[in-house]
Amino acid sequence: MRAGEAFRVALDALRANRLRSALTMLGVVIGVAAVVILVALGSGAKQEVEDQVEGLGSNIIIVVPGKFEFGSAPSVSRLTLDDVDLLGRVVGDRDRVAVSVASGETVNVGRRESFVTVNGVNESVPNVFNRPLARGDYITATDVDTRRRVVVLGSSVVRRLFRDVDPLGRQLSIAGVRFRVIGVFAKVGSTFGVDRDAEVHIPVTAAQRLFGVDRIDALAVKAPTADSVAALQPKLVAALADRYEGEEFSAVTQTQILGTIGRILGLLTLVLSAIAAISLLVGGVGVSNIMLVSVRERTREIGLRKALGARQRDILLQFLIEAVLLCVVGGLLGIGVGVGSSYLVAALSPLPAVIAWWSPVVAFGVSAAVGIFFGVAPARRAGRLDPVVALRSE
Amino acid sequence: MTAAVEAVDVRRSYQLDGLAVEALRGVSLRIDPGEHVAVIGPSGSGKSTLMHLLGCLDRPTSGTLLVGGRDVSTMTDAELAELRNRTIGFVFQSFQLLGRTSALDNVGLPLVYRGNRKAERRQRAAAALEAVGLGHRLGHLPGQLSGGEQQRVAIARALVTEPSVLLADEPTGNLDTRSGAEVMRLLARLNADRGVAVVVVTHDPEVAAMTRRRIGVRDGLVEYDRPEVAG
Ligand SMILES: Nc1ncnc2c1ncn2[C@@H]1O[C@H](COP(=O)(O)OP(=O)(O)O)[C@@H](O)[C@H]1O
Ligand SMILES: [Mg+2]
Repeated sequence: MRAGEAFRVALDALRANRLRSALTMLGVVIGVAAVVILVALGSGAKQEVEDQVEGLGSNIIIVVPGKFEFGSAPSVSRLTLDDVDLLGRVVGDRDRVAVSVASGETVNVGRRESFVTVNGVNESVPNVFNRPLARGDYITATDVDTRRRVVVLGSSVVRRLFRDVDPLGRQLSIAGVRFRVIGVFAKVGSTFGVDRDAEVHIPVTAAQRLFGVDRIDALAVKAPTADSVAALQPKLVAALADRYEGEEFSAVTQTQILGTIGRILGLLTLVLSAIAAISLLVGGVGVSNIMLVSVRERTREIGLRKALGARQRDILLQFLIEAVLLCVVGGLLGIGVGVGSSYLVAALSPLPAVIAWWSPVVAFGVSAAVGIFFGVAPARRAGRLDPVVALRSE
Repeated sequence: MTAAVEAVDVRRSYQLDGLAVEALRGVSLRIDPGEHVAVIGPSGSGKSTLMHLLGCLDRPTSGTLLVGGRDVSTMTDAELAELRNRTIGFVFQSFQLLGRTSALDNVGLPLVYRGNRKAERRQRAAAALEAVGLGHRLGHLPGQLSGGEQQRVAIARALVTEPSVLLADEPTGNLDTRSGAEVMRLLARLNADRGVAVVVVTHDPEVAAMTRRRIGVRDGLVEYDRPEVAG
């Protein structure tokens, strides 16, 4: 028998039971769509975090006290402003070392108030991080040395506290202390619904007094070149370990952060897709089930075809094609639904979604494989039917 | 002359609840090309079993079966399928037509397994339907045809491959007397015109009387085998 003929016979059989075929396909559609959507959401999350980490700037090494681990509480810091000079000597340029001491505080202008992250920084932040200003100026070395009460605002802080009024030169209160606005950051947007523009920067010295602390939370060093990052990393840790005996420090690079995030999100995506794949498996079992019913219903037809000269493999092929058609058509619909829903989710919710080129291709391949895998048993059963028994069946 | 089909001491037993049921207990017979034969016997005597063996749908438990001089016991299932397709035509009591398929495509079905293209299948199927007097019913579905017409479609399907033997198991069993007689006349005419050997299995002596040779079967054995109407 020609393959085209087997294909036509299978298609006819599916059309003969339209509703049943459609419902069977639905299982595959849902399974494939679920996989495509979850892979898209996982890839989207990964992409967004990576963009953000890369958007910070290049060749950045973050130095923190204690061990650096995601999800663990930060260690109590003994780092101080003097460590800027120490690390500056290691890098060979003090302007490549930024500091941060941060706290959540209430800021207000008159009766309008907002809860934001207040970040105490030094003048090197623009050298290390890629954080452009929309207007005004950034904090200077003099501002830090003289503990001047000046502030640079994130764009959404401006929107909430000043509305349409130009904030430059105006006053606002941070935890009851008045600061003068000298600059406004360019908008960076939000990640997973978290607003990254609800942040203000003030001189680190002013911040330490405001928070009542002597420490700083972290240092960030910009290596001169990408190649020098790896060599610099242990030197920074060693210099600090020298100064603070018995204490532990970590230096992590952007590449390491990306690697860790990538692994976490990759694992998350894998787990979610595996759960989704179970529904595809259930869809496959549905196909197998319906194919068994179909073989039983058409036992006499199979007997007749064999009497007329069909070989075992002709019958097997006919039923296998039927199962694969169910899965492949279901798979294509599932890809359509999955891609459509992914874009819809991305458009209507803060969750990002990225359709990787391979995801629909793999989904298609998997649904065809599901068809073959779950179609083989019923098709073999059909192919092996004894024609005499089959013809006698009612 | 080589026999169209020949059985030599053929036995067929079935295992039923651990007991061996002997449907055929040593049958020898020979059908020559162009013969017109009736296999007659009461229900349960083993006629259908014999027909399935002669048509290579089944294999004997013991004994030798020759089709066109070839011993089928040495052939694989796939070879038997091809042998059925090339040399045997089947007609069944219950017609066995595909309900959602036109008369034309029902008749063309055996040619599918020869790898013939649709155009050729339809052309040959139309000719076969013409030969059984149904040239005006090509597009009809089985449900739109009378019982007699359906059996004629089945006969056209058996003929379309130009087999050397046509095996009909109770072809008139589901028909009224008049359509039954019509079907028997058609088979006789095809036998005369085309030289295809026709074997009709029946329990009905009146039907058997329309053939030139009758083989009586009882309890899985050939009881008699004679060329003219008895008595
Ligand atoms: N598949 C089978 N399993 C068990 N017994 C069978 C089977 N097919 C036929 N038989 C038995 O073989 C005998 C002959 O059956 P069959 O050839 O159909 O007779 P006929 O066609 O003359 O009525 C019967 O006793 C029947 O019950
Ligand atoms: Mg019978």
